[in-house]
Amino acid sequence: MTALDKAKIQAEFKARMDEDELLNCMRCGFCLPSCPTYVQSGNREAYSPRGRIALMKAVADGRIEPDEDIERTLNECLGCRACEPVCPSGVRYGHLLEEARDIINRNKKYSLPARAVRSLVFKHLFPHPKRMRRMTALLGVYQRTGLARLVRKTKLLNLLPQPLAAMERALPQAPTLREMSRPHAPVRARGTARATVGFFSGCLMDTMFRETNIATMKLLEKAGCNIVVPGTQNCCGALHGHAGEKSGAVELAKRNIEAFESADVDYIVTNAGGCGAYLADYGHLLRDDPAWAGRAASFSAKIKDISAILFELGFHESGLRLPPQVVTYQDSCHLRNVQRTSEQPRKLLRAIEGVDYREMEQADRCCGSAGIYNLVHADLSMKFLDDKMARVRETQATTIVTANPGCLLQMKLGVEREGLSGRVRVVHIADFLLEAMDNRQDASGSGGV
Amino acid sequence: MLDPSVLNELKAIVGPDNVESSAMDRLAYSYDATPNLQAMPDAVVSPRSTEEVSKVLALCNRRRIPVVPRGSGTNLCGGTTPLSGGIVLLFRHMNRILEIDEQNLTATVQAGVITLDLIREVERRGLFYPPDPSSMKISTIGGNLNENSGGLRGLKYGVTRDYVLGLEIVLPSGDIIRTGGKLAKDVAGYDLTRLFVGSEGTLGVITQAILKLIPMPESKKTMLALYGSLEDAAASVSAIIAARIIPATLEFLDRPTLEVVEQFAQIGLPTDAQAVLLIEQDGPPEVVDRDLARMAEICRGHRALSVRVARDENEADGLRAARRSALSALARLAPTTILEDATVPRSQIAPMVRAIREIADKYGVRICTFGHAGDGNLHPTCVTDARDPDELHRVEQAFEEIFERAIELGGTITGEHGVGVVKAPYLEMKLGAAGIEAMKAVKQAFDPNGIMNPGKVFAKSSRKRVVVES
Repeated sequence: MTALDKAKIQAEFKARMDEDELLNCMRCGFCLPSCPTYVQSGNREAYSPRGRIALMKAVADGRIEPDEDIERTLNECLGCRACEPVCPSGVRYGHLLEEARDIINRNKKYSLPARAVRSLVFKHLFPHPKRMRRMTALLGVYQRTGLARLVRKTKLLNLLPQPLAAMERALPQAPTLREMSRPHAPVRARGTARATVGFFSGCLMDTMFRETNIATMKLLEKAGCNIVVPGTQNCCGALHGHAGEKSGAVELAKRNIEAFESADVDYIVTNAGGCGAYLADYGHLLRDDPAWAGRAASFSAKIKDISAILFELGFHESGLRLPPQVVTYQDSCHLRNVQRTSEQPRKLLRAIEGVDYREMEQADRCCGSAGIYNLVHADLSMKFLDDKMARVRETQATTIVTANPGCLLQMKLGVEREGLSGRVRVVHIADFLLEAMDNRQDASGSGGV
Repeated sequence: MLDPSVLNELKAIVGPDNVESSAMDRLAYSYDATPNLQAMPDAVVSPRSTEEVSKVLALCNRRRIPVVPRGSGTNLCGGTTPLSGGIVLLFRHMNRILEIDEQNLTATVQAGVITLDLIREVERRGLFYPPDPSSMKISTIGGNLNENSGGLRGLKYGVTRDYVLGLEIVLPSGDIIRTGGKLAKDVAGYDLTRLFVGSEGTLGVITQAILKLIPMPESKKTMLALYGSLEDAAASVSAIIAARIIPATLEFLDRPTLEVVEQFAQIGLPTDAQAVLLIEQDGPPEVVDRDLARMAEICRGHRALSVRVARDENEADGLRAARRSALSALARLAPTTILEDATVPRSQIAPMVRAIREIADKYGVRICTFGHAGDGNLHPTCVTDARDPDELHRVEQAFEEIFERAIELGGTITGEHGVGVVKAPYLEMKLGAAGIEAMKAVKQAFDPNGIMNPGKVFAKSSRKRVVVES
């Protein structure tokens, strides 16, 4: 960072950081014990939410320069927002972090390769559903043709950083291009509809995790919902927002709001904790745009996670059943800390006959996936994952249920690294509930729940 | 700035990873929970043992470098703000519970142990460590000792001081001394243990403590009494004590506090009441039931709108947790929250509560009040904006008058948060000039070079200063 970069960042901090929000932190420190990076750093204040807020404020006040140390601590934050529910003053740390990262990012000169990767991911891949499908299809070809086996055999993967190589094995079987290209048909509830919902199908969820999306729609249908899936919807923009690419996120947000406005639904249902949280935050993202603020706020008010709506509609009372197994649940940080949905998935799981549900210690602690954190901060991420896997072991669970694609992959990676593949299964809650539904005593199911 | 040779010597003592001097780290230890008070240290040092603390102090003493011992920085008196620079001493590596002695009922801990970790560990063994500051999830035992922290159970069980049997202390010279021990009785010489507890890091560094444990009370019940007026609630407090009942907890919250606490905790607190008393009793079940019944009767006799016992421990725990969040929750109301610590004899609670309201009206400032009513320790908390100098001036006038009133009623300027820097100008009100001189003589004896937490406890001049410095 040059002196000029620093001066520009400093000026933007002063102009753009929300002074009231910064002052709202009264430095009580209640956030410290819940912050994974604070604990991981051996309790260093600069790696805590209180510390990071003080640093942001000091930069905005011109008290210190935004140097590499500060950039590092802001980047190393997982953005899990575990500090928010425990903050009695109600500081919205996540908003401060995103703003600060955006300022630094806009004024930063990335190296050529880093710029190329960021541009590929944020501009040319995630915002384009068709390209996401093609990319995923390529992965499918790789997995199916024996190329994967060949690559593994030749140890070519050893060239990749360790977590990436293991991730290759943890990836699910990708669907074919044809499977992915089939649009989701609207669903009319059998009998009287109990709710009309829009389904936010997502980018990664609708390609790599296509099966889970289909399962989610089946569950909604069974619970008595009319379902609309607007074809013009797009990636939620969370990846952009968290990585300091705010303008990209704003564009995506506007497209999504338009897509769902015409659908006239009671709720917009998501099955990815991270996406849901970001969608629920559109109101904040667009608050300063008079033409969009109101539209964004009413969009955000409709966001609901699949487990929340299923629980509301009494889905857990429908005689769910599975072969006996020990199950534990890993929270999606954003589902828990931003959408404040943590009881419903647990209640759904406990309601399944055959499930011996065991709560793991610190299930609310981030698994280290955190968007692309596990790729850009691989070493740290693996430390969080190792801690997590130790907690999983204590439960003796054979099934780990998650509620977000990032967490799902990370936990699969953990299972892979621990050599537990084949013994421990990682599954999205929608897929798990569908299994339990199909396995009911009265599997023919007579509609309604 | 520190001389590079000093930095190198520090690194040689504690290891290079445990000396931080980057702008980021210095900034991150430039504050505690005290509003509007910040000053940069020159370095942050994290020793790993008492011996290392001793070497660090000897070095600093030789080179006249200020030393500020810091736990988790949750204090509200500026006690750990490094006003004169120097080094901030952290105990993050010295955080072990060394022994829980079930025969002598003692716990031996290092200064960096988190209070709640100790409480959990002893409760797992059916033992009880009563001091429970609201910040116990984060605060360290070392910080509790230095500030002589109180908490919600202070009324019946006393404060931190009442549970300290012995200390390991490093003096500024580097000498290591041990006071007390696992003894119920010990009258050998001056009571240095009591002198160091509450000394706010101005005499030396506490590195280890032997704490007294007691048996866990058999049972506990929690009750909430709602009032239509502040005075009725305050009068109930005095009446309960006068009836010779000592509840484990007797907490007071006024309506604005209730509202924000409920906003955060969402446990169904009654936000239409003007004041609430949170009452707890512990002990044998029959005693608990009898005391609760009598206290409920007293509350009703003082026009309580309703009195309700918590259904179970879950609900009671929610109520206590909500109360502990009161200060931080008040920060929702305005950018700056200034909490004070005026304390009066229990019989004077009602007049003090009334005085706080009158003084707030007089100066046109917004003051919410909550606190440990049962031990006379009130926390009038002003919600204001540090960016408004005119209002801040009135705030400081209001607080000065609140302290004067507290002392007139036989009280003190701080019940549990310590003097630090923000209360230093008022200390003379409580002690008188001779009292201050006696304390200064003690300070001089232990710390002749004045390296230990300079600028704390004693005001630079006797002229009353502003509560808040910018």
